[in-house]
Amino acid sequence: MLLIGERINGMFKDIREAILNQNPEPVRHWANYQYKAGADYLDLSPGPAVEIEDQPRIMTWLVKTVQKDVPLPCCLDSTNPAAIQAGLLAHQGKAIINSTSASSGKMDILFPLALEYKAAIIGLTMNEKGVPQNAADRLALAMELVVNADQYGLPMEDLYLDPVVLPCNVAQEQGKEVLETMRQIKILATPSPHIVIGLSNVSQNCPNRNLLNRTFLIMGLEAGLDAAIVDLTDENLLDAVAAARILLNQDIYCDSFLSVFKKRR
Amino acid sequence: MPVKIIRENWPGKVNTTTLGVSSKAIKIGGEGALPFLYFEGEMPYRPVVACEVWDEKPNDWPDLLTAPLTGVLGDPVAWAKKCLVYGADLICLRLAGAHPETKNKSPQECALIAQRVYAAINTPLIVVGCGEDEKDAAVLPAVAEALAGKNCLLGWATAENYRTITSACNTYGHSLIASSPLDISLAKQLNILITEMGFNPGSVIIDPLVGALGYGLEYAYSIMERIRLSALTGDKMLAMPVICFVGQETWKTKEATSTSLECPTWGEQARRAILWELLTAVTLAQAGGTIMVMRHPETVRHFLAYLLEDKRTVPLSSYK
Repeated sequence: MLLIGERINGMFKDIREAILNQNPEPVRHWANYQYKAGADYLDLSPGPAVEIEDQPRIMTWLVKTVQKDVPLPCCLDSTNPAAIQAGLLAHQGKAIINSTSASSGKMDILFPLALEYKAAIIGLTMNEKGVPQNAADRLALAMELVVNADQYGLPMEDLYLDPVVLPCNVAQEQGKEVLETMRQIKILATPSPHIVIGLSNVSQNCPNRNLLNRTFLIMGLEAGLDAAIVDLTDENLLDAVAAARILLNQDIYCDSFLSVFKKRR
Repeated sequence: MPVKIIRENWPGKVNTTTLGVSSKAIKIGGEGALPFLYFEGEMPYRPVVACEVWDEKPNDWPDLLTAPLTGVLGDPVAWAKKCLVYGADLICLRLAGAHPETKNKSPQECALIAQRVYAAINTPLIVVGCGEDEKDAAVLPAVAEALAGKNCLLGWATAENYRTITSACNTYGHSLIASSPLDISLAKQLNILITEMGFNPGSVIIDPLVGALGYGLEYAYSIMERIRLSALTGDKMLAMPVICFVGQETWKTKEATSTSLECPTWGEQARRAILWELLTAVTLAQAGGTIMVMRHPETVRHFLAYLLEDKRTVPLSSYK
């Protein structure tokens, strides 16, 4: 189970301001906070406020600032391939590219980039037409991603498929479709591709966000989820994952199962 | 049509543990795959054989087992040397005489015996107590102190007595056998408790308590297989090498102890009993056993021949 910390993202006010003022302190703070809270990866996103021509420079700055402080690899989150490449150049260890969609224009740029830098890559089950409304259509796009990745020679263990989680207050019927997509993704290839989700999206603009997030994460784990971009300020999140891993027989039970999971790194 | 061999890529590894110091030291563990699957990962060190030596003459061993040890039983130093002649990689001294219901030897007496055996051999030494938790917690710290800095392997630390024994091993620089009764969760928990005391996980060896052929061997196999799979998938609290007390389990079965006269339809005892110990050992090596503690010299010979028949087996001398 890979937990990817979501907090270093220009969508958050403090990070947006840090980026605009080139102030490394908030970035460092959240890098350390998420590292201590148990993140395996840190998502880095310059966000929409940064001008397109500045994005490569900002991504480089984020990668260097974070990796100077914490020994974690990063998930380079941008719609701009130039920013992704700049991040890959500066990055130490195995990066994750976040993300390509199932549009050929995107895949033809980003899969070769993943191969060149030996990075993993997230493939969203959506294309220029948007997010599919059911599991079957998501799965068709998942298959496109698998076939394309395979044609480029990307190892299946480096492909993370994202079935695209939508907020439950506006697209309530989509939760089950996403879970069904996960189950079927696991049988698309051998070895099967990984599955990742942007978890917090499920609870956008809802009360009790942590509870909704956590509950969906556990349902996802049962359906084959093996990575998630998450809010690590939720102190109960790791405990819930530890418990789920025991109940799904993914870790050997012992009385100290909570502390063992926290110390897994 | 060419067949593509599908290989597992394991993220984890079994710990590499050193037993003994300087010229006496040997390494064990370090496997990056299931046992003997060289095409999937490395097995840098072969399983090793320890021969059991008792501080007292055992009174319940069958003649078949005592015959090759005539003249040395009751003299642990001579017994240990004899075992090395028979090909053992290392010696496992069992302080049976410490048991409160037998000779109830004092910790000091036991420590002295361990010291004498250590001085007489040029291999690492394993020292186990009498198996009575409370007495072992008194005896092993004395042994640990007497052999300070020699990196012996001491046991058994159980859920009942691990504190004293762990702290003695930590202070005097020894490795430790963590023993739990055929239960992977208890094994993991004991390793956690031991390492939470600040003990180096790389110096812990798991004793999962095995069963002999016909007496729970399959169950022991499945537990050991799960331990290895957990180690390979990255569970650090189950990544320790495993010790198997093969002789102890075999030589209490009726198949090994009944004479040819008692059970004529079972075939000759010498062949039957040694095969019983050998099959148990070979099976447990296939399940991931790293230190095999055996009793009969003939079993030792056959087991080593079995290991060395595979040309990929790394000779012990190359990693001493």
